[in-house]
Amino acid sequence: MSNKVTDEKTYLFDKPRNVSRLLLGFYIICGGLFIADFVVHRHLVHPWEGFPGFYAIYGFVACVVLVVIAKEMRKVLMRKEDYYDVKEENYDMGE
Amino acid sequence: MIWASSLPPFIPFFIAALLVLVTRGHLRSVILLATPVLGGLHLWLDVQPFVPMVASDALITAKELSYTLNMFSYQLEFMRVDKLSLLFGYLFHIASFIAIIYALHVRDTTQQVVSLLYAGSALGAVFAGDLISLFIFWEGLALSSVFLIWARRSEQAIKTGTRYLIFQVMSGVLLLAGALMYFNQTGSTDFNFIGIESTAGWLILIAFGIKSAFPFLHTWLTEGYPEATPTGTVFLSAFTTKVAVYALARGYPGTDLLVYVGAAMTCFPIFYAVIENDLRRVLAYSMINQVGFMVCGIGIGTALALNGAVAHAFNDVIFKGLLFMSMGAVLHRVGNINGSDLGGLYKSMPKTAMLCIVGAASISAFPLFSGFVSKSMVMSAMLLEGHNYLWLMLLFASAGVFHHAGIKIPYFAFFHHDSGIRVKEAPTNMLIAMSIAAVLCIFIGTQPQYLYALLPWKVDYWPYDMTHVLAQLQILFFSALAFVWLNKQGLYPPELRSVNIDFEWTYRKLLPATARASYTVLQRFNCAVANAAQQSWQGFQSVFQASRLSQYHLASSWPTGSMVLWIGVILGGYLLADIYFK
Repeated sequence: MSNKVTDEKTYLFDKPRNVSRLLLGFYIICGGLFIADFVVHRHLVHPWEGFPGFYAIYGFVACVVLVVIAKEMRKVLMRKEDYYDVKEENYDMGE
Repeated sequence: MIWASSLPPFIPFFIAALLVLVTRGHLRSVILLATPVLGGLHLWLDVQPFVPMVASDALITAKELSYTLNMFSYQLEFMRVDKLSLLFGYLFHIASFIAIIYALHVRDTTQQVVSLLYAGSALGAVFAGDLISLFIFWEGLALSSVFLIWARRSEQAIKTGTRYLIFQVMSGVLLLAGALMYFNQTGSTDFNFIGIESTAGWLILIAFGIKSAFPFLHTWLTEGYPEATPTGTVFLSAFTTKVAVYALARGYPGTDLLVYVGAAMTCFPIFYAVIENDLRRVLAYSMINQVGFMVCGIGIGTALALNGAVAHAFNDVIFKGLLFMSMGAVLHRVGNINGSDLGGLYKSMPKTAMLCIVGAASISAFPLFSGFVSKSMVMSAMLLEGHNYLWLMLLFASAGVFHHAGIKIPYFAFFHHDSGIRVKEAPTNMLIAMSIAAVLCIFIGTQPQYLYALLPWKVDYWPYDMTHVLAQLQILFFSALAFVWLNKQGLYPPELRSVNIDFEWTYRKLLPATARASYTVLQRFNCAVANAAQQSWQGFQSVFQASRLSQYHLASSWPTGSMVLWIGVILGGYLLADIYFK
């Protein structure tokens, strides 16, 4: 099945330079998309959409909120991997 | 073609299942592959919509015991063809073809036979014209699919499978009960619009709701799918929920309640998906989210929304199948699918990684990928019908999908930090299956007119306009930006070896604990009552013994022998008296 190897050839994202290039390109696209709202004529169905950067801001905020709430949920919901295995296995009505 | 156009599409699959049972090796593979191809061609070339046909007559006859009713016959309609059933018919042929290729390396007769029976049952269900036929295939889906979970043959899989089966059978029982009540009220079991005006309507809705994973009825999916075999999950993801979506679209279009249920379904699973470690369970949650969009569309009930719902079902089968296939390939090679243990797999499985990214882009509804052309129909319909706040929920869910299915799945499996795992690339048959799905995702995304032509309702809709594409790109890229930012800030929740409790906690922990506690309480109560009774009896005895009454001869206890003797004497006395004093 799986086997671990320590030394071998370098891959695409092993070089930090490639990662930062990718991220730079990504930031430029994000900026361009944000600016596009002010440049492109859009025909809108709903007034909320008219707010400049509505979709961009909503997308960003939605994801941050999602992750923050999900992290809080972990405090309540997270259990050890064998949580369901412990008692259920030897479940017995009698003493 | 050779076949009559009235041949119900499930029959080739059921026959093939029998043939697979008696063949082996290459012949078996050929039969497996030929079934969806020939069946699909038959459906495509021979079967035209809007021709209702009755396949078989009087299949069920029952003799009544009462003398007043002698016989009644019931007609099962196996072949009701319209554009709605045809769309799902095509879809299930494509899905089973892809899944069969993906599973071609499997040497397990059980799985191969039940896969065909399962696909056949799904086809039977979407062409069923009456509720009783629907019920038969509904149960067929349940009974065949559970073997794909049991086929893993671990103790955990067997227990999970059993719980899965209980949910599925419950759905079937509700459907049958609802169908019988519906027959009682309307005098017909034709499966058309049902609505929720009657109790029967509610029962059937809940039956459909279980199979389409409504909130609180969804745990069979999130428990069962990650527990099935790597190939089994691909079959599972294609059929059960989509048959339920079809059934809802047929029976409950325009039911307002479904808009709210659907919106809830799009939102709650994404929170779970963010913190879930098992990547196939992440996909299971994401599946509920996608079905939520379809349920919303059905609830809105306009032509645009309904088309969007069924088109999204069509696309979802393919891109969700692709994602499950890529995760299945990882599981197959690595033997583990936990986000906490994976990472850096793009180095050893680059093709699988690329194909997974195509699936991720499709489910996230990136323009030029299939999710975009169908999800946007539901979103537009939502806004056109004035559901502003629900539309915001769906928008939130769209961003969330990208977050967990679009980024998390490929990122934690194939990129992230290098886990040091080096494996072989996925087997060729898996790569072929994934490639077909990926090509379909891009083809439908770039040429949506072919899918739109198959849609049941007539609508003029074109997703690619500037405003729409720009809005979608903004929401996706800024969701990704949030992911990057959270990761850089160290705010992103790490993948941890854990389980998260969901509604199944109520029946896996709460109910057994309650049962145990109430058993203990009852047992104590029982002991207490028994003790009290015993003690008061003993008290009575000691008081009696101390009193003068106990001194009398009759009050003492006699040996059984002497009692029998005295009874004999009394009876003898009666006999003598009867003889002499008459």
